[in-house]
Amino acid sequence: MTMVKASMAGTVWKILVSEGDKVEAGQDVVILESMKMEIPIAAEETGTVKQVIAAEGDFINVDDDLVEIE
Amino acid sequence: MFKKVLIANRAEIARRIIRTCNRLGIETVAIYSEADAESLYVREATESYCIGKPPVSQSYLNIDAIIDIAKKSKVEAIHPGYGLLSENATFAKRVEEEGIIFIGPKSEVIEAMGSKLKARKTMAAAGVPIVEGVNEPIADTDEAAKIAQEIGYPVMLKASAGGGGIGMQLVHDEIELRKAFEGNQKRAQSFFGDGTMFIEKYIAEPHHVEVQILADHYGHILPVFERECSIQRRNQKVVEEAPSPFISQETREKMLDAAVNAAKTIGYTNAGTIEFLVDRTQNFYFLEMNTRLQVEHPVTEEISGLDLVEEQLKIANDENLTITRKDLQKNGHAIEVRIYAEHPITFFPSPGKITKLVLPSSDGIRHEVAVESGSVVTPFYDPMIAKLIVWAPTRIEACEKLVDALSNYVIEGIHTNIPMLLEVVKHEQFKNGVTTTKFVEEFYNSENSTISK
Repeated sequence: MTMVKASMAGTVWKILVSEGDKVEAGQDVVILESMKMEIPIAAEETGTVKQVIAAEGDFINVDDDLVEIE
Repeated sequence: MFKKVLIANRAEIARRIIRTCNRLGIETVAIYSEADAESLYVREATESYCIGKPPVSQSYLNIDAIIDIAKKSKVEAIHPGYGLLSENATFAKRVEEEGIIFIGPKSEVIEAMGSKLKARKTMAAAGVPIVEGVNEPIADTDEAAKIAQEIGYPVMLKASAGGGGIGMQLVHDEIELRKAFEGNQKRAQSFFGDGTMFIEKYIAEPHHVEVQILADHYGHILPVFERECSIQRRNQKVVEEAPSPFISQETREKMLDAAVNAAKTIGYTNAGTIEFLVDRTQNFYFLEMNTRLQVEHPVTEEISGLDLVEEQLKIANDENLTITRKDLQKNGHAIEVRIYAEHPITFFPSPGKITKLVLPSSDGIRHEVAVESGSVVTPFYDPMIAKLIVWAPTRIEACEKLVDALSNYVIEGIHTNIPMLLEVVKHEQFKNGVTTTKFVEEFYNSENSTISK
């Protein structure tokens, strides 16, 4: 199991995956908005989305959990 | 003159407006979000009011809340600064309807120029040169492909409501165009609520040169020279200077005349900027009009001796422009660099706490700074935290002064683009004044950049 975490503080702009989706390592799963810039956050490993923790519009800090992959 | 003005903005531009208001004896009302409670401008204004939560949609873009505070604090006028609501025709109209003076042009002029497509048509009718392209919205990808084929690749795909490079993309062939069209349309729709797209012919090796104008309510239009803003990253300006080192005196005169014609045609009042693309043989084409004060206004102030905020206030107060084009003297050379809280190589945002800030100081150095030691740069707003402006009698001296000042600028605790700026302004091509809008992109891809290694 791996956790996709926020690399910087910002607002969750878009969630690109749902529970049960298969994802590849390097695939973008969440887009954050920070300082008027869209920051894509990618999965580090291939697997299945177990849980989407963040919601669109949430404000998150560095290292906050976004998506759990197993 | 007004007794009290509300500033519907934040950070350095709010401080800048407060400074002129203080000098003119005008009281100021600042608005701030919860994230900006400790900001310098909040302390410097005569009165300050918290207007909501950190996201701009819940504070700085909340028109009702801003109007409520304007009425409660009994201001006579509202200065919108740049960005945020400064080019929002709905806001300007609402301000007008409330019997408050909007320090800017009329709402209908903002609306007309807010659509790049409408502005293109208007300028063409005014005889201002425009880039070859379409004057009607493009319905879908197939129509886009057909038009691009007719114009000939490469073409610029553009969002009519776009700004800051959003919704805009250079495409080289049909495959790229098909891939880009819908994405840019969706992006424009989600950012600006308008997905109208159009296409223009791509201008090779373009320079971005823009004319600052001032126009009063009595038909006087003053072009206050031009600025060269070709150094950009992610389609956003990072270095601006006045005068342009690239254009000839003949091109300059033609461009200033075109800007005056454009302003006259649309019945423009207050401060505004007409942006042009200039090709390698100095043909220039209308790009867009900014119906507000711009970030880079200080370089114009440095070479003209004018205070553009003061001129804006006077025009809004129904006063005549007192200076004519013939009387306006151009003095020396000024360069501005935008200091962003971002990584100097990736340009990724770098919010955080500024643990130390030391600003260099000497003759000919001006700072427009939003932060101090201990300030927290939040992720909610634009990454620009300061502007450094240098002035010298000649461009060579201004470049030298800029390198010296940037080398002595200290910001600790967050990443900034200062290392990148230093490399850019030290580069031979920049020193020679022949950099195009592609300079940063090409420079960072080149073997010569030490910073990208």
